[in-house]
Amino acid sequence: MRTLLSLSMTGLAVTPALAGELAVTVEIPKLEVAEYHRPYVAAWIETPDQQFVANLTVRYDVKMRDNEGTKWLKDMRQWWRRSGRDLTMPVDGVSAPTLPVGENRLSWDGAKAPLNGLKPGSYALVVEAAREVGGRELIRVPFDWNGKPVKAEAKGETELGRIAVEVKG
Amino acid sequence: MKSLLTRATLALTLAISIAGPAAAHRQWMLPSATVLSGQDPWITVDAAVSNDLFYFEHVPLRLDGLAVTNPDGSAGTAENQATGKYRSTFDVHLTQPGTYKVALASAGIMASWEENGQRKRWRGTAETFAKEVPANAEKLQVTEGARRLEFFATSGKPTDTVLKPTGKGLELSPVTHPNDLFAGEKASFKLLLDGKPAPEVEVTVIPGGIRYRNDLGEMKVKTDKDGAFTITWPTPGMYWMTAQTEDKKTTVPQANKRSASYTATFEVLAQ
Repeated sequence: MRTLLSLSMTGLAVTPALAGELAVTVEIPKLEVAEYHRPYVAAWIETPDQQFVANLTVRYDVKMRDNEGTKWLKDMRQWWRRSGRDLTMPVDGVSAPTLPVGENRLSWDGAKAPLNGLKPGSYALVVEAAREVGGRELIRVPFDWNGKPVKAEAKGETELGRIAVEVKG
Repeated sequence: MKSLLTRATLALTLAISIAGPAAAHRQWMLPSATVLSGQDPWITVDAAVSNDLFYFEHVPLRLDGLAVTNPDGSAGTAENQATGKYRSTFDVHLTQPGTYKVALASAGIMASWEENGQRKRWRGTAETFAKEVPANAEKLQVTEGARRLEFFATSGKPTDTVLKPTGKGLELSPVTHPNDLFAGEKASFKLLLDGKPAPEVEVTVIPGGIRYRNDLGEMKVKTDKDGAFTITWPTPGMYWMTAQTEDKKTTVPQANKRSASYTATFEVLAQ
């Protein structure tokens, strides 16, 4: 864990921020099930060798009494292992309510945290979804962060639909 | 009453541990979860002795001597203890962040001898041995046993305090954190006897769910000269690990050997 932490620190070392914007599309598929709950979704950035760099967003049931929604955060197993278990939720700018069915467009300003310290290089956007009484899915979309425009996407099969990354120069 | 109960536990413990690998029955504790998040996590645990893993089909595991160690090293509590026909159950309230250890550890002496042509059996400790076993007992046979049965559970971030060995009997010293196990990954452990590396000991690992498959799926590895061994978990699930060794380090001179066993349950998560 210590290694992960220090690596994430170096990933976010003080370097000249690249201008631009990271736009992420997370499609939550419409599922024909008797009992539907919106999935918990975490999106983070990691290195090509799967070292955690930074959280983008963590979508869970933030409104439950006594912060009880945090009970199922561990079901996003990889996120929990790589970052979640080191955090005390809620985290400002990261914790947010669950996403509805459909394409959700989210974006982060390259001049602001957590992107302002992201060194130019190759990364992957990772989106992990876990649904109560449902399944779990994790999608990785590699992208380059070097000030040049990038478009990349992947498609989930069960709990996630289209996952797209767009770097706008 | 208390000492009677303790003795009964010890009797069961020794009967099983001394019987050795030939005995098919397996002792286990099965936690409802080992990786937890949230504000107020609890786990509930089944404890039984059975052939198949993890099914209640033979006898409950007696909970006398059950010890919960909190992440800060203090003694915790096993709440709502109950023993039924086939299993015992209890709950642990994970009030602190970090890693808990839940263990059933015991050590004792078993003796048998002949008195007026009749076989006498006795179980107890080194202290009671001199008082209760006749010094001139005929055909005296004495065996010592130490058993440890345990599992770990973590609320939030895994911590290491409870992983420190006690230095008594056969124990596991995890290199890979026992609550950070994933299918397809290699986990490293060390086996210790009285706190020192236990070389050349066979460790057996069996995945749960035996009833619904034909192949036992047993993995056997031997510890190296430093007591170290690794396991690569083939699939996610609950795994049962056991190891047993014998030596001559007895506390009473009449015992010709000491057997020590270690058994633990591990949860392996999907990638």
